[in-house]
Amino acid sequence: MQEHDMSWVRTEMMLAQPAPAGVTGLGAWVRKNLIASTGDTIMTIIGIALVAMTLPQIINWAFINAVWTGPNRTVCATVAQGGIQPDGWSGACWAFVNAKFGQFMFGTYPIEERWRPILVGILLVVLMVPMLMPSVPRKGLNALLLIVGLPVVSFFLLVGGVFGLEHVETARWGGLLVTLSLSFVAIVVSLPLGIVLALGRRSKMPVVKMLCVIFIEAVRGIPLITVLFMASVMLPLFLPPGVTFDKYLRALIGVSLFAAAYMAEVVRGGLQAIPKGQYEGADSLGLGYWQKMYFIVMPQALKLVIPGIVNTFIGMFKDTSLVTIISMFDLLGIVKQNFADANWASAQTAKSGLIFAAFVFWLFCFGMSRYSMYTERRLDTGHKR
Amino acid sequence: MASQEVLREAPSRASLINDPKVRSIFYQCLVVALLVSGVWWIVHNTIVNLTNLHIASGFGFLKGRAGFDISDTPIAYTSDSTYGRAIIVGLINTLIVAFVGIITATIIGFVVGIGRLSKNWLIQKICTVYVEVFRNIPPLLVIFFWYSGVLAVLPTPKESIHLPFGSFLNQRGIYFPRAIWGDGSWLILVGLLVGIAMSWFVAQKAKQRQMATGQQFPVFWTSLALIVGLPLLAYVLSGFPVTFDFPKQSTFNLSGGFVVKPEFLSLYLALSFYTAAFISEIVRAGIRGVAKGQSEASAALGLRSGQALRLVVVPQAMRIVIPPLASQYLNLTKNSSLAIAIGYPDLTATTGTVLNQTGQAVECVVIMMVIYLTISILTSLLMNWFNAKMALVER
Repeated sequence: MQEHDMSWVRTEMMLAQPAPAGVTGLGAWVRKNLIASTGDTIMTIIGIALVAMTLPQIINWAFINAVWTGPNRTVCATVAQGGIQPDGWSGACWAFVNAKFGQFMFGTYPIEERWRPILVGILLVVLMVPMLMPSVPRKGLNALLLIVGLPVVSFFLLVGGVFGLEHVETARWGGLLVTLSLSFVAIVVSLPLGIVLALGRRSKMPVVKMLCVIFIEAVRGIPLITVLFMASVMLPLFLPPGVTFDKYLRALIGVSLFAAAYMAEVVRGGLQAIPKGQYEGADSLGLGYWQKMYFIVMPQALKLVIPGIVNTFIGMFKDTSLVTIISMFDLLGIVKQNFADANWASAQTAKSGLIFAAFVFWLFCFGMSRYSMYTERRLDTGHKR
Repeated sequence: MASQEVLREAPSRASLINDPKVRSIFYQCLVVALLVSGVWWIVHNTIVNLTNLHIASGFGFLKGRAGFDISDTPIAYTSDSTYGRAIIVGLINTLIVAFVGIITATIIGFVVGIGRLSKNWLIQKICTVYVEVFRNIPPLLVIFFWYSGVLAVLPTPKESIHLPFGSFLNQRGIYFPRAIWGDGSWLILVGLLVGIAMSWFVAQKAKQRQMATGQQFPVFWTSLALIVGLPLLAYVLSGFPVTFDFPKQSTFNLSGGFVVKPEFLSLYLALSFYTAAFISEIVRAGIRGVAKGQSEASAALGLRSGQALRLVVVPQAMRIVIPPLASQYLNLTKNSSLAIAIGYPDLTATTGTVLNQTGQAVECVVIMMVIYLTISILTSLLMNWFNAKMALVER
């Protein structure tokens, strides 16, 4: 009886019908994303006009009309300006970047000694890449080498004066070498200092707390230039007569202290987000203050604020360009200094050099922000409410 | 009762070294001792150094003759003015560039931030590219780009580019016609003030009426008519007192008119474009932070998408947006100190010049720090007040 009744029921699933032609394909995509309404269509037209006005010009300037190689300014100047290009020509002068590339990377570091910064760069990459790849084991050793080993080795390699290496003054350092070394040391110094300051700000000892609050708020309230001014003008006054500081070191102290104050606020945000139960749990297990922080609170707090920490790193990396103002030659400073080279002066030189520098800065900052997004996703334990 | 007494007495049995209170006091005394000796050491060194350099400390130098010129002077200033006045000129320049920059950055930031949430694919991508480019480049580089890359390669004054309304653009900046306020032009100002006051009054009345009867009143158009119409009426009634001084092109230079110098222009453009990228991210986060149900509910109530955005989503998003927005405004103000790199005479630049001329390093840095800290505190107080006003009113 039952068998008979059920006989018309299908035994296998029917295949899904294809979506109607109106909602698939290019036409539907355009309808949905570009011309959904009258307002939308107007916006799209404005957008297309904007792109059509700028993009071809940019491509023309940067690639098609660009000059890639050449001995001096004549290749980048029009006939009227004393060059070889036709009048009305406008294109990037990559020949300038090409000719000055060594300077942009190392400043006036002696040419026969340039293998030293290159070696440091290779060491940095060799240690950094496995550090950034989650699947590579032995992270502790790696971090130790990167944070303690590398700076020590780099110091002797770059400064020299020992092991038969020629001494190179920091005044001769320049370009990307200064930008990267300044920001690397500032990052390595500011994170622990920032953690200590944040803990101090949340400390129950009123004196410690007040000192940390004053330091953090004072530094965050003033521009980095003022801090750098202070480091370059006032630091020599604060030291006993006769004791002088290297200019590079002064900038390094200024940038690190500045970054530490911002880092402290980021870390404090993480500390505040940890539920009270975690602190109490650690207390009830009999852990001391430092054990509690090291094993229970910090791992959770720091994980929460990774985006903030990386943002501070990015900000610091960009801020190192400010040392240009206290006449040090980081990447931006050395590019700007080379505008004055009469051999290369042309209407396009400044623009080309600055766009090259912008591209280098952009690569590093964009890379950092993307890596932080990746880490955030990877560490997301799904406990978010 | 007895057990409580035991509990209260318990700490006294612990060793003095392990008592957290004693420890805390000990550590704090240690910190204070270190600090005091450090400060004493620094002060001692500074005094020795200053005596060696024959520099008298104190703020008396502010009354001395400055002896240097400043290119942008919003208030009367010559090289005969005092150092103190030079620093005030710098402070006013900082405030001007910060104020104008904040307004522009907010407008661009809101437009781009809303654009990034647009359903329109093209607009969304354009806004994303803008944000990703400007967020990842140092502001100083953007300033140099405008200054040496764009404005410095503009044509010479002789070949100035003509802009609408009799304005010119060349290497030396933008030349606008300058308004000359003749007799009776105070009436225009009065008209404007009365217009603003009346619009505020109309807005209050309209709100009351809407609360009482539900009827709406076209507040926006009325206010616009009042604010534009009344000064215009005053202008006509007082017999057209405002004339314009148009920049005139002579053989080598432009004369007359109102000049916006390239230093100001590049600083202003760079700060606005750079900060706008961050503001747009804040706005985007704010709008996305408003629960989806809110916009769906407003659609269900029959509000158009523009109305829903204006009346429901944005007021709620503002609560998320304001605190980070305040810190961006502060950042812009602090970044305006980058002016020193291109020679715009802001606070840092003029104080720096004073420092170099007088050698009063400690005093000058203290002045700079105090002024910047005051600006920071005032801005955060203002934004806190605004934040409290916008905060969720709960029953």
